Amino acid sequence: MTLYVLCFALFLVGLYGILTKRDLVKIILSSGIMGYACNMMLVLFGYRREASYPILEKGREAAAMVDPLPQAMVLTAIVIELGIISLLAALAVRLFQKYRTYDITKIRRLSG
Amino acid sequence: MPVETWLIFLLGFMILGSIVALEIRDILSSIVAVGVVGLALSIAFLFLQAPDLAVVQFLFEIFALIILVCAFVRKEFHALEPARASRWIFGFTLIGLAAILALSLKVFRLLPAFGRPLMEVSRHYLEHAAAETGAANVVTAVILDYRAFDTLGEITVLLTAILGTLTVLRTRARSGKGGDR
Repeated sequence: MTLYVLCFALFLVGLYGILTKRDLVKIILSSGIMGYACNMMLVLFGYRREASYPILEKGREAAAMVDPLPQAMVLTAIVIELGIISLLAALAVRLFQKYRTYDITKIRRLSG
Repeated sequence: MPVETWLIFLLGFMILGSIVALEIRDILSSIVAVGVVGLALSIAFLFLQAPDLAVVQFLFEIFALIILVCAFVRKEFHALEPARASRWIFGFTLIGLAAILALSLKVFRLLPAFGRPLMEVSRHYLEHAAAETGAANVVTAVILDYRAFDTLGEITVLLTAILGTLTVLRTRARSGKGGDR
């Protein structure tokens, strides 16, 4: 349970960054940190004590392997996260070209 | 040392690294600190017996670092991070997050304990993957065979994100009528 709580604390650190920072770059990085925490939490749920990686070989039994399902889901989630980060970075670069600042309190005229 | 000790150490390191990344003033140092957090996550995946994930996370980290440095570290951006939000917002956020953490303790007690997953679906995968799919790696068997439609959806999302990035970053308007930008 300690691990779950620590992982959730990492998620909350990302949430803190999104809520209190005014720099767009910092907000993008905070969303990345939240993504790390989610991935780690899912893989933690699938860990099995005294078990090894889920690759079948000769002489290894299927009974002593960790849960492969969260790993497969997280594998796709990591790749999607890369797309999301690049999209957010592109939007932030565009906003900087228009307003010459990354401060979200100074970006006001969002309608055209 | 048992694996929990390593993971607790790594998670503490990641939390510290995230706080440093959020509070430091230089933007390049901030991006590099987040990269360090991601690499620690890659090591944590190795401890959790997920070698595929460790490799993918490592690659993700390098690409994300390249994208973020190319996008944000420029000559014209020398302005330091502005002072943080007002003291009221800061205080309320901290109190709210602490309350969420305290309330979540009860929820985590309800979950299955660390090291003993439910494995209701994945037991079938583990026992029948070799016979049904012919793949030695059960994770890839799940991605590309049992849940192939899921992967198709993932590729769609990824393509949409790339298309959105290209559309946003395009500088020249399309030739033809209507292109008045």
